[in-house]
Amino acid sequence: MKKLSKAYIILVLMFLYIPIFVLIVFSFNTTKSRSVMSGFTLDWYIKLFKNEIIISSLINTIIIAVLASIASTILGTAAAIGINNMKKLPKAIVLNITNFPIINPEIVTGVSLMLLFVFFAARMNLEFGFVTLLIAHITFDVPYVILNVMPKLKQMDPFLYEAAQDLGCSPLPAFFKVVLPEIMPGVVSGFLMAFTFSLDDFIISYFTCGSSMQTLPVTIYSMTRRKVSPEINALSTIIFLVVVVILVVKNILERRSLSKAKGE
Amino acid sequence: MKNKLVSAPYLVWMVVFILVPLVMVAYFAFTDNDGHFTLDYVSDVAQYTPIFIRSIWLALIATVICLVIAYPLAYILTGLKTESQSTMLMIVMLPMWMNFLLRTYAWMTLLGNNGLINSALGLLGLGPFKLLNTEGAVVLGMVYNYLPYMILPIYSVMVKIDKSILEAAADLGCNSRKTMLRVVFPLSMPGVFSGITMVFVPAISTFIISRMLGGGGNLLIGDLIEMQFLGNAYNMNLGAAISLVLMVIVLLIMSIMNQFSADEDGVVLM
Amino acid sequence: MNNIVTLKDIVVEFDGERILDKINLDIKDKEFVTLLGPSGCGKTTTLRIIGGFLNPDSGTVTFDGKNINGVPPYKRNVNTVFQRYALFPHLNVYDNIAFGLRVQKLPEKEISKRVAEMLNLVNLVGYEKRSIIRLSGGQQQRVAIARALVNRPKVLLLDEPLGALDLKLRKEMQIELKRMQEQLEITFIYVTHDQEEALTMSDTVVVMNGGKIQQIGSPVDIYNEPENAFVADFIGESNILNGLMVKDRLVEISGHRFECVDSGFGENVSVDVVIRPEDITLVDPEKAHINGIVESVIFKGVHYEMLIDAYDFRWIVHSTKAAEKGSSVGINFAPDDIHIMHKSKDISAHREETVNEE
Repeated sequence: MKKLSKAYIILVLMFLYIPIFVLIVFSFNTTKSRSVMSGFTLDWYIKLFKNEIIISSLINTIIIAVLASIASTILGTAAAIGINNMKKLPKAIVLNITNFPIINPEIVTGVSLMLLFVFFAARMNLEFGFVTLLIAHITFDVPYVILNVMPKLKQMDPFLYEAAQDLGCSPLPAFFKVVLPEIMPGVVSGFLMAFTFSLDDFIISYFTCGSSMQTLPVTIYSMTRRKVSPEINALSTIIFLVVVVILVVKNILERRSLSKAKGE
Repeated sequence: MKNKLVSAPYLVWMVVFILVPLVMVAYFAFTDNDGHFTLDYVSDVAQYTPIFIRSIWLALIATVICLVIAYPLAYILTGLKTESQSTMLMIVMLPMWMNFLLRTYAWMTLLGNNGLINSALGLLGLGPFKLLNTEGAVVLGMVYNYLPYMILPIYSVMVKIDKSILEAAADLGCNSRKTMLRVVFPLSMPGVFSGITMVFVPAISTFIISRMLGGGGNLLIGDLIEMQFLGNAYNMNLGAAISLVLMVIVLLIMSIMNQFSADEDGVVLM
Repeated sequence: MNNIVTLKDIVVEFDGERILDKINLDIKDKEFVTLLGPSGCGKTTTLRIIGGFLNPDSGTVTFDGKNINGVPPYKRNVNTVFQRYALFPHLNVYDNIAFGLRVQKLPEKEISKRVAEMLNLVNLVGYEKRSIIRLSGGQQQRVAIARALVNRPKVLLLDEPLGALDLKLRKEMQIELKRMQEQLEITFIYVTHDQEEALTMSDTVVVMNGGKIQQIGSPVDIYNEPENAFVADFIGESNILNGLMVKDRLVEISGHRFECVDSGFGENVSVDVVIRPEDITLVDPEKAHINGIVESVIFKGVHYEMLIDAYDFRWIVHSTKAAEKGSSVGINFAPDDIHIMHKSKDISAHREETVNEE
């Protein structure tokens, strides 16, 4: 039974990882062939870094992700605090609407925002590009921040805020000194989720970026349309390595803080 | 009480960028180019019924395959030591962190006529088979991309099942198979339903996977919508009408599934 | 002595329900005052109004001679020990206690001196660096007290602070709280539903029910001279009977007339009659007007608690001597053990008189 389980896990992992490893291996291939390794080269990596479209869309992606995740973290944390203090019915209504971008198919969210922008582009002087992209990203990021912060607010002892005021803090300092440290784990995980979703988003960006501004996933999409391009393999390899490093570091940090909490 | 004010900026944002756009979809679906009310576009959607049926069918197959693969895996994972559980979970989830375009592209290169699979089969004197641009390739792409969405909710519901419940079942005369059938399986159902929604919704609305792995012959609802907005067909009103229908289908399925799903806490997004 | 806190005609309503109904209360400086009552009686709401966490719908709050309606909690010279302590989990013991002083931007030297004083006062020297989560309930309680007292408030508010502790610890803390209050010479306003706690520590007890004050007085007064059936029932165990005040100093209970010491109720007026279980002596049936059968005898440590079935009323009797179960006994009490009070319906009118008299 144990052996069977092990074999099953290995089988599933092979299914998940073989395509990625094939990509990585062929990123070092001297020819464009996808089946025969003709020799080892780093040419595709060099080409990748010289590809201005890729580099500029990478920069766009990072700028958008940083701005959108910071804005949505502030907007969402404030929103969560307000929503937490609402009465039952308005709270339920707001939370249901907030969940919409999460449960709706991404393509519908993308299309609906595009229609909004089209509508306003005609009437005001709005152009598709940086602004529309940023608005779209904030819109699908905020719900994740709210989703992460709300439970922390619910867990928090509501009297902490009063205790801070009792000890002489006016409302704003009381928030920063007492409430924020308490809900910080939720705020941080909300921010990280928003940031990664922004980095990774293709569908909504695709409908809202227009032609002047491209994010990395949109650029990757247009590259895949041109079929064979080992530069994509090189890019995948780099992204894969970055992801592995981040996740391993994250896991080590988590485990260390966990064992620290246990050991004390 | 005064704290309610801090949510005001978001409430404005929510109305303008979540509610109004959805109203826009409905508006475009029910008006023509001149802004006059019309039912033409909504009734036009009917002529795409075969595409709707294909989308639902392929998404359904992919969901079932995901469930069949994910359920035993989640069960095996819960049996591991706590330490190796989190490591294994991380390894299972790791491919999710790569952009799904790249993951899909990986299969494009594997399945192609000159791809690795056909070359390998060629060495055995078989093929080449037409693997790419088939319905099978689309389903494969869906399974590959969304499998972790099925594993995670099932696992997180299973791992919360109290060990003493399993002991109680054994105490009452269940062997491990009966425990599985009578205790674990019913208790894990909320996770299964969450998983089904989390796989089915993106699968039915995808347009990249079908475009990249299905070629031109396997259009799905997503492709149809994309073509109306950014493609050759260019007809925003029709696109809005199709989106509206898709949304209604998805919300209907979600509201049915939600009756049985795990609550918000049960689903852990990584 | 001066009044440090005065509440005048305080009314609070939530969703149309009256939580506080015209509360009038004077609290004297350096006094240990307890607000006592069952849950939902409005005692915590009263405390929150003094703390500034809640503004009354009408009425005025005076602090040290000044009207403080609408003054936020952080501008009041009042500190609170919260029910579940509300300690800041992200700060250690020292930083929790120093919180208020840091908000005031005192120099660190002064802060460390005052925190040390407090740790001494609450017996937590050596716990400075401890994380809050690693303290026992009793220790958390002490930190909460120190955190409030370090700011040298004129009034300390305590909201059922001992509720989460076990019985033995609670008794210790009661004595310690009283010691601190006397040592620091500040006003303590203490909320509890535990009548024994209230009687042990307080200079003045304020009994509340249904959003109204039922009685204000010293523990001895409250116990011995309850003003109405509610107070009598809530403070200790009581036999509460329907009676008829025939005339001054004569009351009819269970069809018999008894001499008593109360007067001024008028003639032939329905009243509540309260007789404490420990004031009753059991005698031979023929020596008493009221007879009954011993229904149960329970040993309570210091005394026996007996239920006597006297046909129209079941009496509770406390005595150091046990009667035999099933035996017939006579119920006897002295005239000054009979406490006469107005029927509960008249409580509020009656109360306003007493408050105004003060």
